[in-house]
Amino acid sequence: MSNDTFRAPFAPGGEYAVDAEIARKLLSLALERGGDYADLYFEYRVSADYVLEEEKVKAVGRGITMGLGVRVLKGDATGYAYSEDLSFERMAHAARMAGQIAAGGGAPAPVEIKPVVLPDFYPVAQPSLLMPPDDKLGLLRAADQGARRFDARITKVEASLVEQVREVLVVTSDGHWAQDRQPLIRFGVRAVAEEGQGGKKRQSGSSGGGGRYGLDYFAGDNKSPAWHGAEAARIAIAMLDAREAPAGEMEVVLGPADSGILLHEAVGHGLEADFNRKGTSNYSGQIGNKVASDLCTVVDDGTLPSSRGSINADDEGNPGQRNVLIENGTLVGYMHDRLSARHFGVDASGNGRRQSFRYMPMPRMTNTALLPGPHSPEEIIQSVRRGVYARRFSGGQVNISNGDFVFSLTESYLIEDGKLTAPLKGVNLIGNGPDVLRHVTMLGNDYQLSDGIWTCGKEGQSVPVGVGTPSVKIDKITVGGTEK
Amino acid sequence: MRDVTVELREIAQRVVQLAVKAGADDAEVQVSDGTELTAKVRLCEPELVQEAGSRGLGIRVFKDYRQAVTYTSDLRADSLERFAADTVALARLSEPDELHRLPDASDLATSLPELDLYDVDSEPLDAAEALARAVRGEKAALEFDKRVTNSEGGTYSRVLGAVALATSGGFVGSYRGSYSSLTVEPICDDEGGKKRNGYWWTGSRFVAALEDPESVGREAARRTVAQLGATKVDTCEVPVVFDPEAARAIVGMVFSVANGSSFYRKSSYLIGREGTEVASELVTIEDDPLIARAPGSRPYDGDGLPTRKNVIIDGGVLKTILCDTYTARKLGRASTGSAGRGTGSSPAPTTSNLFMRRGHRSREEIVKKTERGLYVTSMMGFGFNPVTGDFSRGAAGFWIENGELGHPVSEVTISANFDDLLKRIDMVGDDLVMRSSTSSPTLRVSRMTVAGR
Repeated sequence: MSNDTFRAPFAPGGEYAVDAEIARKLLSLALERGGDYADLYFEYRVSADYVLEEEKVKAVGRGITMGLGVRVLKGDATGYAYSEDLSFERMAHAARMAGQIAAGGGAPAPVEIKPVVLPDFYPVAQPSLLMPPDDKLGLLRAADQGARRFDARITKVEASLVEQVREVLVVTSDGHWAQDRQPLIRFGVRAVAEEGQGGKKRQSGSSGGGGRYGLDYFAGDNKSPAWHGAEAARIAIAMLDAREAPAGEMEVVLGPADSGILLHEAVGHGLEADFNRKGTSNYSGQIGNKVASDLCTVVDDGTLPSSRGSINADDEGNPGQRNVLIENGTLVGYMHDRLSARHFGVDASGNGRRQSFRYMPMPRMTNTALLPGPHSPEEIIQSVRRGVYARRFSGGQVNISNGDFVFSLTESYLIEDGKLTAPLKGVNLIGNGPDVLRHVTMLGNDYQLSDGIWTCGKEGQSVPVGVGTPSVKIDKITVGGTEK
Repeated sequence: MRDVTVELREIAQRVVQLAVKAGADDAEVQVSDGTELTAKVRLCEPELVQEAGSRGLGIRVFKDYRQAVTYTSDLRADSLERFAADTVALARLSEPDELHRLPDASDLATSLPELDLYDVDSEPLDAAEALARAVRGEKAALEFDKRVTNSEGGTYSRVLGAVALATSGGFVGSYRGSYSSLTVEPICDDEGGKKRNGYWWTGSRFVAALEDPESVGREAARRTVAQLGATKVDTCEVPVVFDPEAARAIVGMVFSVANGSSFYRKSSYLIGREGTEVASELVTIEDDPLIARAPGSRPYDGDGLPTRKNVIIDGGVLKTILCDTYTARKLGRASTGSAGRGTGSSPAPTTSNLFMRRGHRSREEIVKKTERGLYVTSMMGFGFNPVTGDFSRGAAGFWIENGELGHPVSEVTISANFDDLLKRIDMVGDDLVMRSSTSSPTLRVSRMTVAGR
């Protein structure tokens, strides 16, 4: 594969090179019926994936996607169209289709298009896609061996690597020209453990990571393929002895890093400003109000180096930013896209994101974090007489309107008299966002960012995100087990 | 929309030849073409109109029992030639697996049934009419009850698609499909600043079969208002009644542990249980791709095999697990014609129209026979471990007291091992409606743990 593979056809010198002149023509067509604003979103994405199963590389794949999305705003209404064909004729057709949302009125006067200067939060010397494929197959084999060597009861291992480079170009009718190249890799291992006659007892465990890296990702601490393999095996083996989880309200301690998905579900989505613009979130109209315990400061930070959720530019062409959402328990801000920023009369926050050129942008999280507190993780666990310690999760979901959320534990332990005791079977926690944050009574000094595995879904669009937390003690939340 | 299936078949066959010319032992090519129209209104004003068409092409090649699977949205002739050659080169990276080969020629579908999956009458509907229908639905919800104070909107959407599959083994097939739907999502204000949202929808391949927008809006509003004042309940063990909208998630989970992929990957608690009782005798679950006009029907499967009805659980006994060609070979059995195939991915077992067969009781009777329990209308979260069957999900609905629906309930979880859950199904409703590709009548589980306060 040559370096050309990653030169987007719409980049200078490419087959469909787009310059300011072409962009201006398309924007004029989009606004010819009187829209207030228009933008063009060019995207070129190359991805590859490798799957190892039964100690063999079973599948390799590659995908190439390219297209243009055109958006026209008229008041609060959006017209949207896209084309995979970047011939001028097809792009012009998409621009006119999107423009149909407006009927009459004057279009804004054309302005000069100027490049937006962007930061670089994920410099990658060598995109992994350019590295020899055998290196990547070696990673999969190392993960497989790492899992199998961990314990003889591991009977099945699957490992996968997905790598991607996404080139985007956003041009807006108010004169912005923003270009970004976004690398992303994701590595995952799943191990199955069996015990007893014919696999009487069976459990699985998973581990994975990645981010906006090249293959240098694997050089980090607790990031080598063998480490992920052993970690997946460790969970599967530990869960062989899992017992029924308790049911009802009790104290829960969330471990660092991945527990951030509770935060993502419990408060993050409710602070995306589209819901607040429409008055459909339970955080609507709450700016300046106390919405969490004093210990809680929550930020959304798109600027963390190489994190899965980081962005140099959002998908509306605004630079990635760090935004404080909750400060010492008080709600101070929402996450915005262009529509909601205009509605609230504030600056863009760098949260307008989309899955691809086939979708319009909306306010989305980047890397969402609960900042550290004063307590050691040991004293937090020691303070619990009977409760649950949550360490690994498979995901969560929230109802934005009433704030109810659930999240699913895949590795958790009973806490008895201040000590972790038995591993527990898969169980859900259910709570209410604002209630839970008021019940945060201890916060650890052991903050960690999760490894790069999380994907957030909203209204049918998936985007990569990061989460982070220290250890968190919640003094009352419902645990959905079966033991009374 | 003109019928593009002929053109798609030609492209697919041409790219199969290109791949073989580039050195593939065998190749399969799928091409898809679709157009979408989405019209969304909020508080009766237009919020979004999205209209676009797109195409994609996926190749799978086999070379010395190695495989590669690729996808592109660039369908220009010279690009495709290069892409086919790249795909063949890519296959060298994988390792040989003797099961990586085409289905046996004698298994391929030779004639395709006419299933009436495309509605020509849904084509002329334009953005203005789509917006008008969305407004009618949302307006009916807003006017239904003054406690409906806000709305996530009304959305009308239509997709028209066509797909073709060609293989070097001699299969060529194509079909068109259409689907239209209307969804209304009202919001009420509840005490303590909480909001209650709800939704209702209608969907069909045939636009004439859609419910009228006003009745969708009214039902959405009725469901939303009914949740006002929802509370937790005390932790308890009680019978749980699933309304059809919640019950279909249970039926979907049965498939997730009764397919060839979950079996060979050791990701199902049902491994080794075929021919034995895995559910109550009231439970019969089948997958039927041959129902005319149904949302999940398909004339051939993703391997090019004929599709057929499969009974997964018959009177409580696990009869069949759904397999595509690869997983069937892996398990030493025959495919059930259940391969699904996304353009650009390998075939895998999928459902078509999956449903639990209807029982004999009315919904009212099931509630009436439940002295004290939980009536579940929606579930949240991903709390199902297929390896062990551990099941724990968030739930909302109504408390049943003395055989009647009482106060609304939210923020509770329901838990049981799935094996117990299926065996404890002691009542099945007569109210099966196949609006979506997975469906269920009302069903009752005699005992589950409800965790709340």
